[in-house]
Amino acid sequence: MIGRHRHLIGLEGLSREEILEVLDLAVSMKEVLSRPVKKVPSLRGKSVVNLFFETSTRTRSSFEIAAKVLSADALNWTASGSSVTKGETLLDTAKNLEAMRPDVLVVRHSASGAPNFLARHVGCAVVSAGDGAHEHPSQGLLDCFTLREKLGGLENRTVAIVGDISHSRVARSDLHSLPKLGARVRLCGPPTMIPQGVEALGATVHYDLRSAVEGADAVVMLRIQHERIGDPLIPNTREYSKFWGLNARKAAEWLKPSAVILHPGPINRGVELSSDVADGPHSVILDQVQNGVAVRMAILYLLAGGAPEGARPGKA
Amino acid sequence: MSPSESEVLVVQGGRVIDPANGVDGIRSVVLRGGRVVEVAERVEVPRDAKVVDARGRWVTPGFVDLHVHLREPGQEYKETVETGARAAVAGGFTSICAMPNTLPPNDNTSVTELILARAKAAGLARVYPIGCITRGRKGEELAEYGELKAAGCVAVTDDGSPVASSGLMRRALEYARAFDLVVAVHEEDLQLVGKGAMNEGATATRLGLKGIPAQAEDVMVLRDVALAELTGGRLHICHLSTAGSVRAVREGKRRGLLLTAEAAPHHLALTDEDVASSDYDTDLKMNPPLRSAADVKAVQVGLADGTIDAIATDHAPHAVEDKKVEFDAAANGILGLETAFPVVLDLCRRGLLAERRLVEALTVGPARCYGLAAGTLSKGAAGDVAVLDPGLEWVVEPEKLFSRSRNTPWKGRRLTGRCTHAIVGGRLVHELGGSR
Repeated sequence: MIGRHRHLIGLEGLSREEILEVLDLAVSMKEVLSRPVKKVPSLRGKSVVNLFFETSTRTRSSFEIAAKVLSADALNWTASGSSVTKGETLLDTAKNLEAMRPDVLVVRHSASGAPNFLARHVGCAVVSAGDGAHEHPSQGLLDCFTLREKLGGLENRTVAIVGDISHSRVARSDLHSLPKLGARVRLCGPPTMIPQGVEALGATVHYDLRSAVEGADAVVMLRIQHERIGDPLIPNTREYSKFWGLNARKAAEWLKPSAVILHPGPINRGVELSSDVADGPHSVILDQVQNGVAVRMAILYLLAGGAPEGARPGKA
Repeated sequence: MSPSESEVLVVQGGRVIDPANGVDGIRSVVLRGGRVVEVAERVEVPRDAKVVDARGRWVTPGFVDLHVHLREPGQEYKETVETGARAAVAGGFTSICAMPNTLPPNDNTSVTELILARAKAAGLARVYPIGCITRGRKGEELAEYGELKAAGCVAVTDDGSPVASSGLMRRALEYARAFDLVVAVHEEDLQLVGKGAMNEGATATRLGLKGIPAQAEDVMVLRDVALAELTGGRLHICHLSTAGSVRAVREGKRRGLLLTAEAAPHHLALTDEDVASSDYDTDLKMNPPLRSAADVKAVQVGLADGTIDAIATDHAPHAVEDKKVEFDAAANGILGLETAFPVVLDLCRRGLLAERRLVEALTVGPARCYGLAAGTLSKGAAGDVAVLDPGLEWVVEPEKLFSRSRNTPWKGRRLTGRCTHAIVGGRLVHELGGSR
């Protein structure tokens, strides 16, 4: 019943049951995507506005396709820069869009907490498509969905998340969901990229890549985001790649044969992942992208007040 | 401001707490000609005297706040000397120090004179301007301390910004000795602060907000305590917020340095966890930020044991448009004057602070930091008195505050304890509406 929340601004506040509800519904949604006619009328007459203050191709497109498959009208509003440089405040922008009566406002913003702020001030449902280093709930859910699909479940599984944990909203949303489904989480990266007190979120911290990935059922490799790094966190990408990047040799020696590799994209090939790993047998990166549409369909369906139970796509 | 020589005001039958004179008991206070003339169990009340019935209340010297942003000149949409002084007396503060980060900054006598003229016209709290440490608060050249003092400044500070250069800070402490001025410092190492928006730690990590480590404050306090030792200058640490700062001040005082410190009510009462439970409420954003529970505990202990001399509000009004934005983009600072007393009184109820020590830290404690003639009910002292109802419950309604701004983290909260009367120079300047 994520509908009780009205908004989806993070996974921290969701229970195990609420997460499972989305994931189960996403299974039906994925089936729709495999049909020759990829369109169901569930959200006909509803409208979804994508309000993106940060550039994004895959997440925005994914939400847009999800809305369209469900027959909702989707509008993309891309605003560059923060409210300070733009002249119009975030709240004014959101209020203007709200006046056009959308049912769901999908928001991406560079400031952590921006969706929380909007949710307090607008009347429609707010879905976070990523805010600062806070949360990226739809990504966390699609990671859970993909892992459930590939591993057959998350109970007692071990997931390693490797990279710039400090700046990663994906890591936080994974941390707020995977343990609720029974998984253990290991975090790995250079100490400059491990934020203070992150163990309190229920993970173990490793500075050594091998100890983090050995025996893991899944490895989530994070993008090293140059644009976010204002501090000298690492000497350069060459050294990073040597110690925290994954290549075919390390994968062959350290990973379980059954282990899967995820990445929220876009990949910096040759930095966190070598091409042979990104395109290799462990990789489920493109499955994530497809599953992302299904998960976002489920989110929009639950929050936009979709058609009654009988009209759920799985039962159509 | 003073009433005529013959006018008498008697504050009758309250519990007088006057730590400067070791008084704590039921007394009446007689003010004549704007000054304290008698504090006794039984006093004669002249027939034409004005009487404030203080039975069941506390009667203390008017509170002294070393740290108030009045925003005038330059940001009168946030606060003015008059609205700030009105908020002050409503909170029991009869003496307030005006921070110099105005537009233009108070680094020259014309700004000092303007603030004093506005304060005189308002006729509410006594306003003591503080001058800048450096010209334009730029941290490059010393301001004219001699001129500023002659015009009425009681200390110098670049509050809002640290003095980044150790060399310049040394010279400021040395040069201020010529005029016996205190150098008050806002301590943060900007390199360590970076783009931080709240205290660094598990909560900031969870919220995805960039962290400000406690050590960004500690290293600067340690530096300036060392420079106070080098120069023999008078150093005052503004809004101290960390366990490390408390340790550094305690150690510096133990070695006999001319060192004082203040802490703000919010750093005694709220933690960084409150930023999370408020769901990124920007009325919990200030600098220094709300710290960890361990830091708050250390600041409480520091206040109780006298390491911290004064409670100072760091009253920092901001308009709605400065606050109703993303947390990262929001202005730093919260209102303090009208909520300080109940917020710190709560520490007494929780057994963390003696009531007498609380009153001391609001009166004679701060007055001594800058050598102000305030904070005491000694015979002949200025007739500045606060009457407080320690049991009065009230709900903070921001739109009903006297400040021109609304940025209080206690909005909607029920607080216990409130100033009912404020008297400045023997004149009743505030009376809580509707009570008794």
